[in-house]
Amino acid sequence: MGYGADRESGKGGTMANVIDDATIEYVGILAKLELSDEEKEAAKKDMGRMLDYIDQLNELDTSGVEPMSHVLPVRNVFREDVVTNGDGREETLLNAPERKEDMFVVPKTFE
Amino acid sequence: MRSILNCTAVELSEKIKAGEYTAVEAMEAVFERIGEKEQEYHCYITLDRESALNRAKEVQRKIEAKELTGPLAGVPVAVKDNLCTKGVLTSCASKILENFVPAYSATAVEHLEKAGAVMVGKANMDEFAMGSTTETSYYGVTRNPVNPAHVPGGSSGGSAAAVALQECFMALGSDTGGSIRQPASYCGVVGLKPTYGMVSRYGLVSYASSLDQIGPITKNVADAAYLLEAIASYDKKDSTSMPDADRDFTGALVEDVTGMRIGIPRDYFGAGLEKEVETAVLAAAEVLKDAGAVVEEFDLGMAEYAIPAYYTIATAEASSNLERFDGIKYGYRTKGCVGLHNMYKKTRSEGFGEEVKRRIMLGSFVLSSGYYDAYYLKALRTKALIRKAFDEAFSKFDLILGPVAPSTAPKLGESLADPLKMYLGDIYTISVNLAGLPGISVPCGKDGNGLPIGLQLIGDCFAEKKLIRAAYTFEKQTVAKRL
Amino acid sequence: MSKHYETVIGLEVHVELATKTKIFCGCSTAFGGAPNSHTCPVCTGMPGSLPVLNKQVLEYAIAVGLATNCEITRDARFDRKNYFYPDNPQNYQISQLYLPICRNGRVEIETENGKKFVGIHEIHMEEDAGKLIHDEWEDCSLVDFNRSGVPLIEIVSEPDMRSAEEVIAYLETLRMLIQYLGASDCKLQEGSMRADVNLSVREAGTEKFGTRTEMKNLNSFRAIMHAIENETERQIDLLEEGKEVVQETRRWDDNKGYSYAMRSKEDARDYRYFPDPDLMPVHVTDAMLNGIRARQPEFRTEKIERYKREYDIPEYDIGIITETKHMADLFEETTALCGQPKKVSNWLMGETLRLLKEKNEDPEDIRFSPRHLAALISLVDSRAITGPVAKDVFEKMFEEDIDPEAYVEEQGLKTVNDEGTLRAAVEKVLAENPQSVADYKGGKQKAIGFLVGQTMKAMQGKADPGLVNRMLKELLG
Repeated sequence: MGYGADRESGKGGTMANVIDDATIEYVGILAKLELSDEEKEAAKKDMGRMLDYIDQLNELDTSGVEPMSHVLPVRNVFREDVVTNGDGREETLLNAPERKEDMFVVPKTFE
Repeated sequence: MRSILNCTAVELSEKIKAGEYTAVEAMEAVFERIGEKEQEYHCYITLDRESALNRAKEVQRKIEAKELTGPLAGVPVAVKDNLCTKGVLTSCASKILENFVPAYSATAVEHLEKAGAVMVGKANMDEFAMGSTTETSYYGVTRNPVNPAHVPGGSSGGSAAAVALQECFMALGSDTGGSIRQPASYCGVVGLKPTYGMVSRYGLVSYASSLDQIGPITKNVADAAYLLEAIASYDKKDSTSMPDADRDFTGALVEDVTGMRIGIPRDYFGAGLEKEVETAVLAAAEVLKDAGAVVEEFDLGMAEYAIPAYYTIATAEASSNLERFDGIKYGYRTKGCVGLHNMYKKTRSEGFGEEVKRRIMLGSFVLSSGYYDAYYLKALRTKALIRKAFDEAFSKFDLILGPVAPSTAPKLGESLADPLKMYLGDIYTISVNLAGLPGISVPCGKDGNGLPIGLQLIGDCFAEKKLIRAAYTFEKQTVAKRL
Repeated sequence: MSKHYETVIGLEVHVELATKTKIFCGCSTAFGGAPNSHTCPVCTGMPGSLPVLNKQVLEYAIAVGLATNCEITRDARFDRKNYFYPDNPQNYQISQLYLPICRNGRVEIETENGKKFVGIHEIHMEEDAGKLIHDEWEDCSLVDFNRSGVPLIEIVSEPDMRSAEEVIAYLETLRMLIQYLGASDCKLQEGSMRADVNLSVREAGTEKFGTRTEMKNLNSFRAIMHAIENETERQIDLLEEGKEVVQETRRWDDNKGYSYAMRSKEDARDYRYFPDPDLMPVHVTDAMLNGIRARQPEFRTEKIERYKREYDIPEYDIGIITETKHMADLFEETTALCGQPKKVSNWLMGETLRLLKEKNEDPEDIRFSPRHLAALISLVDSRAITGPVAKDVFEKMFEEDIDPEAYVEEQGLKTVNDEGTLRAAVEKVLAENPQSVADYKGGKQKAIGFLVGQTMKAMQGKADPGLVNRMLKELLG
């Protein structure tokens, strides 16, 4: 909501202007990070500065250039459909902060 | 005991096999050294003397029974703490994994064990390999072995410092944007970042999956070749592992660069490069030229775009890779809080350090709706252009020669205050990761304060052998000159 | 309601593929294991673990794409869909957004109003999530990752359906195609087929689509029908009241018969999709495609046409028999053995369907072999057993796939053709039922029926009823 509007209005200016409180709040929700007020201020500054720096990529003409996800020319890496793993319960649960009846305990999820 | 510590890894193993030393003596010497130095330098997060000695005993038995005959049998090795080690704490220098004990080992670690190398402990690093100084570790900083007022570099700072301080005979690091080469350079040891796909990433806790690669940090080039040969493999558990690469690296330990074409990118010698570093690196080029290489300057191009592209791609991948740390399956979980999303946020906010959070935030942003094309795809297109620039360079040259870092190791506490400035220090190493190339850092001198300077050689994909041959020749030539 | 409205429906159908192992690791996909027993570092998102694609998943996805007339994407890729939820161990799901494996297909459906095409927008491969169990005692939830990483394909239709009836016809068509391929058993109740309904309404005759909602948690055809009716009404009511339909995800509560919005401020719905750097691109070669094409089975439509030409059985029977490949295979193989399509069809249409219904099983669950059904038919044909005995033997065969010949022999079920034994039985019946004998002799022809019944009963069904009838008439003079 507010975020979208802010983002629109930010176009044309520097990214430092776009990264406002609402953006930091929004990204915090996406990244599941809760920042203190100080951290938020710092994040706003850092992110704005980094993005302005990254914006120098706009000097480059990349039209017609395929985005390169992988550097290796490898395709079609498969495994056969054969069961190779046995009962992994103990190893899976080895580091569980909280377990019950061979399951991980999590705060109640609401549907 | 001193003489044993002066051995290289390969020399040590030969002496153990010859009965001159035992693997147990080697490990004892290492722990004696650790006893002297670790307090001040703090290279390790996890050390367990007793189990290390027990493993050394077992290896010694196998060596005597001729079950272990390889070139690294009996050699104490440090393993960076982002490599999973079965039954041994693997924290990635983060609070969020303060109690994570994997039930499996990284493929590279398994290969080390098969080779008979014996793990000393888990080396300190920047948290989740995010940093260039080893100051972002939750478990405290590592200090530069030459001058403890300085950083050892990062993120594999613990590994590099441990090798330089003789707190091990060799080490594994990982390199996403320079994390092997730069600390090797700052600590005066050899560090090799292999071609992407050369070493299995299975069991390496991912920072940026498309850039991460495990590699050796060693006392000299020969050790690097042997250690790389031990850990490199095609691994069916890693889809990004290269099936048919030449993995015979020790065959390249030949002192001969006759006719080898070496390019020096002019773009690497501009503003920002310290004069002493420049002088030492150019002198190194002369050494190779004298040895028969054809050295030539050229314009590589794209150098200034590597850092912005890298910090877009790496943080984007990191933001996703680090989502799994949520307090449910392993690691740190916040105490007594209500509600699922609160638990996530508190756990992660308390568990991650500042630099990690900074990168997660940036990475989440560049992938978010409305910015993906402008940032992430733009960075991937830039990456393609960077690779193209290297492809063109390698049509003319066998190797590219330049500095590892613009300066020698900075003082502790100077870097983190200004992250962007710290990121700029990665300028010579980062494009190598973006293009998936191999690179090696070899000591090539010292600055006025005695801090080591590193020479970087960059090869084409899967051309590690050329890299090793040139580095080996350079090392032999400089050692000969010093004598 | 003054205006006339049209319902516009598109479906997102998730189908669990019938592979032996998960999509990215070698863990079993079998149902019923102890919690977290079918897990490994990969499907529980352990640090340092990496995915490797199960080839069979790709082959099934392509096969379904070909069966639904899709274009196969020659260079496909996997993307990460990032969102936090405890059943999602990495907090991202590996799926396909930018280059899904199949696109632009269509299937033909048949409804009471005739045939029509439903477009397939795309089919993509992805991994399933784990299971969340709500702990009633402790006010917490428990996570079991056994289903985490089970391969799914998601079939996204175009908004081409206009009624619940069309939706059901579309789902039935998909189900049959996929079952024919052996790519999944497609059971809604067990969750191996799941449908999310995207629905909007608009005034009849208008071009523009209305705002749609997405309905989740639909576990049966009945729930789907019910939810569609309910949501259509809800949206029309909103519009009639001058309100707006909100684009949202709603969850259907089948017990209560209504849906409610699934909303949370923590749910930003910004999935930050990007290509998964841990997986290499897929390149579908001509050889792969031709291989899969060559292995495609004869689908139902073609099968129906062929049956009409080759077998002299009612069209109705053909329709039922070809609903599942298993039943059709059973029919064809049994017919090949005994050469009597009509009799095979009768067994399938009659006793088989009756027992399936009685035992609440699906045609895929049929266990008896074509060889044994053919043998049973031949036992009846040769009059070695009677009709009633054959039904009992069939029931046993249905349960345990016994060999009918051996079973009839062991249990002594063969029809008694020995005149002496039969005559003795008939005489005994006559002696015990003087009233019926008198009735018959008095002209009540029907009385003989009772006497035949009594004799058959005395013979435990193993007598030839024709022979009994003849013998009775003879003895009654």
